[in-house]
Amino acid sequence: MAWHGPASASGAPPVGDRGRGALFRSAGVRFALVYAGVFGVSAFVLAVALWYSTLGLLQHQVQNAIHSDSQTLLEQEALGGLPLLETDIHNRLTNESEPDGIYLLLSATGQILIGNLDHWPAGLTQDNVWYELPVTRQGVASVALLQVQALPGGMRLLVGRDVRARLELRNVLRAGLIWALSLMMALGILGALFIRSVFRRTIRNISATTGAIARGDISRRVPVSGVGDEFDELAMSINEMLDRIARLMDGVRHVSNAIAHDLRTPVTRARSRLEDAALHASTKEEMQAAIDRATQDLDGIVSVFEALLRISEIEAGSRRAAFAPINLAPVLLDLDELYRAVAEDKQIVLHTEITEPLPVLADRDLIQQAVVNLLDNALKFSESLTVINFSARITGNVVQITVADRGPGIAETDKVRATQRFFRAESARNTAGSGLGLALVVAVAQLHNGTLYLQDNHPGLRAIISIPVYKEDRQSKEQERTA
Amino acid sequence: MRILVVEDDRDVAGFVLKGLREAGHTVEHADNGRDGLFLAASENFDAIILDRMLPGGIDGLRLLETLRGQDNATPVLFLSALGQVDDRVKGLKAGGDDYLTKPFAFAELLARVEALTRRGKSDGPATRLQVGDLEMDLLSRSVRRGTQKIDLQPREFRLLEYLMRHAGQVVTRTMLLEGVWDYHFDPQTNVIDVHVSRLRQKVDKPFETSLLHTVRNAGYMLRAEDA
Repeated sequence: MAWHGPASASGAPPVGDRGRGALFRSAGVRFALVYAGVFGVSAFVLAVALWYSTLGLLQHQVQNAIHSDSQTLLEQEALGGLPLLETDIHNRLTNESEPDGIYLLLSATGQILIGNLDHWPAGLTQDNVWYELPVTRQGVASVALLQVQALPGGMRLLVGRDVRARLELRNVLRAGLIWALSLMMALGILGALFIRSVFRRTIRNISATTGAIARGDISRRVPVSGVGDEFDELAMSINEMLDRIARLMDGVRHVSNAIAHDLRTPVTRARSRLEDAALHASTKEEMQAAIDRATQDLDGIVSVFEALLRISEIEAGSRRAAFAPINLAPVLLDLDELYRAVAEDKQIVLHTEITEPLPVLADRDLIQQAVVNLLDNALKFSESLTVINFSARITGNVVQITVADRGPGIAETDKVRATQRFFRAESARNTAGSGLGLALVVAVAQLHNGTLYLQDNHPGLRAIISIPVYKEDRQSKEQERTA
Repeated sequence: MRILVVEDDRDVAGFVLKGLREAGHTVEHADNGRDGLFLAASENFDAIILDRMLPGGIDGLRLLETLRGQDNATPVLFLSALGQVDDRVKGLKAGGDDYLTKPFAFAELLARVEALTRRGKSDGPATRLQVGDLEMDLLSRSVRRGTQKIDLQPREFRLLEYLMRHAGQVVTRTMLLEGVWDYHFDPQTNVIDVHVSRLRQKVDKPFETSLLHTVRNAGYMLRAEDA
């Protein structure tokens, strides 16, 4: 069967110390044992409770019957003296309605006046105390629950019930409970084995997947059963993590390729300029000019490197430590002030609409840089006398920062690639830039659990950074709860 | 000025030393952390240019922490290839006064070192700044040149204040972006040039002599004609 692990299937073969150690190191076995233990203990407690309550109830009933019986007889004695008592006892003894009834009336001298016991039971000494003693009833040995009442004149009345039947019932009950308990134990062990097998199967899935990934097959994912249980949750969160790792690795691979291709060009340019100068420059001025240009080229390469490092730093998520609740409005108004002058200089109208307040949980520097990139782009691609709309407002649960220009925009076919590193649209080939601006904006937006939308502004580009609004009450409460 | 350069890369160190000497400074050099700490602790310098990753068991951060632990307040500029935001924050937290990432332009390094030493000297509560006939009252936030009052926007005022505090020194675009706007990144567009040229319109244009000069390949300098 499925749950027959190597240890349980063999059963008889001796398990060495090492084997036993390994068995108990298995989390599945531990969980299964805990399960079986809890199940067994609860079943045992249930059985014991059942046992004592049933027997207690029976005992109580018999005692009640004996008590009321002897009370009635005492009342009869008080009413009509010894003769009435004797008649009453006699009636009871001949009446078949109470076959288990035991009565014995003893005179002051110790002689049996009436009763169905052969002799006074040994050990019955005190009045008004419950005894459970062996008795002989018409020559038949039995067990009875007994109580003695003292009567006036030194007589003693013994009233009791034969409880042999009850003892038999007790034996039947005990046997039943023991069977039930054994069955429960067996079920518990089966359940434990089942739990262990489920556990092992799931863990094995996960460890098979992670093992495959460790060996380099990053495309493997943990199978999700679709039941929606905790194991599925675990599997899904592991898969999510793997997706992110895969994305990061893709990014790294892409960057390495891009560096190889896109940095080669400016490096080649700088190198050839220097070599050309070394070989052909005839005047000091020519040499100086070549060196200056090459230095500029190198500066350009350095800035590309810095942008790349910045993006990977952001994508790695390490900047989340600098997150704080801030109002974006003044931050954006500062940027508006910084860029308004540039726009005016280029005879471009910067139309700004920023509503107050714009609470977000963010890294101020990163948001600034992302918006700066969008504004830089918009200014770079705008003709003079056109309008750039710069706005920020709360829409539903998100803060939307929009930069919309009237430039050439991004062709529909390029939109997906526009945010990749080093992507330059055909129409942008002749403008300066590294093709990293939007990649950084996307990285910043994603770090803030947000999105960058690139839409058609008819004509032009409308870039929207959308990040969640920071709700102080809810989040601070959540923090309190976790604290 | 007397400047200590702690830098293990021989080429970079040679380049920096030569440049600083040409700019008229006296320079000492250490190529490992231990010698650097010994020099820094035993002699007086106006500024220290400090690499972060150094041989000799004591790296730049340790060196600076030890120095600050001895109540030595010599201005320190970190010059490091560790350029992430966290690295920068770490450097400034350890007691660094400025942080420049490699590779760097020498003009930027020189401007920042000179700005550092100036900052060390004139931290007094100045209420008035003066460069040539340009005067700034920091209390009433008013600016006048000669007899004429100049109206400035708040940001223009801060830009001019920064330039005046560093009068006679080269101030780079990044320094302005950091010092006036508190931005720590490089915009691709010439935002700083635009703002400086606007300031120039107000401060220089209506007058005969100009105070705000552009320094080629470096930045700007505010200086009186005769200075």
